[in-house]
Amino acid sequence: MRGRLETFLTLAVLGLFALFIAWAEGNLNPYYQRILNTAFVYVVAAVGYNLVNGIAGQFSLGPNAFMALGGYTAALLMLPLTQKQMVWFLQPLVWPFNAFSLPGHLFIVALLAAGLVAALGGLLVGYPSLRLRGDYLAIATFGFGEIIFVLANNLIPLTNGSLGIKAIPEYTNLWWSGGAAVATLLLVRNLASSSFGRAMRAIREDEVAAEAMGINIFRTKLLAFILSAFLGGIAGALLATLITTISPTLFTFTMTFNLLIIIVLGGLGSVTGSAVTALIFAFLQEGLRFLEAPTRIGPWLVPGIPGMRMVVFSLLLVFLMIFYRRGLFGRSELSWDLLLRRLPGRRQSRAPHL
Amino acid sequence: MSFQTFVQQFFNGVSLGSLYALIAIGYTMVYGILRLINFAHGDVFMVGAYLFFYLVALFHLPWYLALAGAMLLAAGVGMLIDRAAYRPVREAPRISALITAVGVAFLLENGAIVALGARPKAFPRPAVMTQVYQISGANVLGVSFWVPVLALVLLALLLLLVYRTKVGMAMRAVATDMEATRLMGVDVDRVISYTFAVGSALAAAGGIMWAFKYPQIQPLMGVYPGWKAFTAAVVGGIGSIAGATLGGFLIGMVEILFVAFFPMHSGYRDAVIFALLILFLLVRPTGILGAPLKEKV
Repeated sequence: MRGRLETFLTLAVLGLFALFIAWAEGNLNPYYQRILNTAFVYVVAAVGYNLVNGIAGQFSLGPNAFMALGGYTAALLMLPLTQKQMVWFLQPLVWPFNAFSLPGHLFIVALLAAGLVAALGGLLVGYPSLRLRGDYLAIATFGFGEIIFVLANNLIPLTNGSLGIKAIPEYTNLWWSGGAAVATLLLVRNLASSSFGRAMRAIREDEVAAEAMGINIFRTKLLAFILSAFLGGIAGALLATLITTISPTLFTFTMTFNLLIIIVLGGLGSVTGSAVTALIFAFLQEGLRFLEAPTRIGPWLVPGIPGMRMVVFSLLLVFLMIFYRRGLFGRSELSWDLLLRRLPGRRQSRAPHL
Repeated sequence: MSFQTFVQQFFNGVSLGSLYALIAIGYTMVYGILRLINFAHGDVFMVGAYLFFYLVALFHLPWYLALAGAMLLAAGVGMLIDRAAYRPVREAPRISALITAVGVAFLLENGAIVALGARPKAFPRPAVMTQVYQISGANVLGVSFWVPVLALVLLALLLLLVYRTKVGMAMRAVATDMEATRLMGVDVDRVISYTFAVGSALAAAGGIMWAFKYPQIQPLMGVYPGWKAFTAAVVGGIGSIAGATLGGFLIGMVEILFVAFFPMHSGYRDAVIFALLILFLLVRPTGILGAPLKEKV
């Protein structure tokens, strides 16, 4: 009975969400559409990132690298041939990308390919660094991000170097981004409450004890990491086909930093928390633009200071860690059970699950 | 490669390596004690260079006084970072401390961009650093010769501090067993604070000498050297001062030799260091000199 009610409520919300997308796609002002699209891309990236950092408790700094892999893959697959000739004018594009480009209705193929390429990158970094206890993952993923940046700048026949790739067709709309966000949320949410999810949380709490319980630590961590890379790749592909221009500087460490703020603010280990704060963050980022714009205080004109937003965000991150470590949601999930329990007269509270 | 070029490249590698070694020591000391990757360490390196710049530009100090002053001030910055950001999260899960460290690193980088401007500044080089020496027929720039010498002097001072003083003994004790050291009546927080001070002073010296070598400073100058120095600490064996030194020289040499042998691929020099890191993680994760870190159950 309870399960059926919850399924019904979930379906109802999904229906409402679809109605909202259908309305927003036609009627919402393009500026807000753009922010909303970005917000949904952040949801995909942040929820995937939280799978490793929050649920499995392994400190990765790599999502910018995986998003870069995904973004470049999608761009290489989807850019029309005529545009490819114009973009790679210094050195020709390598085979096979110079010979074909996917038509628009195969966008889903490009998305999946982007995810797979990123997952392969995840395997490459994860395999050596996750076998070891300790913080090797952090340093290896950070290095990987820098290496992807170096490669994107230097492998001109593949990436067009620092000039980047322009005029990628804008395939991402609210249906794609919103759909990907919902799919990611459902996937990671269900995964987190599966036996695999419990294994990840056991590793987060105590690796030695988890190993003693018979969990294959390396395999579990690696799977979580690869899945997270896959989602990062999809997010990167959506971003590339949303803003239509990519260059190495789009995927610097700042991207990872933003995602880190999102998952910390939402609560490390809370999937729905990451999703909610990803939405908040995308709007906050726009809202805080005034910090960098010239402002008039009384008779004085204060010039805009570029970088001020990042100062605010880094202070926010340090303060969150010191004073509000659990974030908005802690480790709990926004669930029907939780919401229904708030209603007076409903069922008894159940034992909390981890 | 002719003998002259080899001598020149050798000095280049040694001077770059000694800089990595100076930074890597700070990483490895903090990691040995707190198991914390101090991501802000590379940015203290940048702060040191800026401190030197302003001490020279505003107070017209001679370079050796400015070097000492900047190192002292940077030590203060390191202690402040530890007190304000790291001590409050010391009892928290490890991941919180790491995230705090990333936050502090970003704060220093962007704070410097806002306060000092993102545009690179030309760095004042003392005359002795730009002088050209003839060493067995090869032309060696002053920096390539004096930077390793200065670095070795600082290293010797560090070893004296760590192995011949009471504070150093306390540092080694805390690194071995923090709880037992606390029970022996040692003020652990103060020892950690001193560790940050020493590491930051060395990083500042590294930053200043880096700017002697590449005479331009900008707020993000510490990011790459910082990451490579941490790689050096891992390659040498994390937690070991000798390992960090060895790793630093190794990374510096590899980088210079790669560029010397494959000048057309010099854009990939960082990728080579990354490959080295992955190789070590696969083959010898404890590094050259490191003992396996004991897991405390």
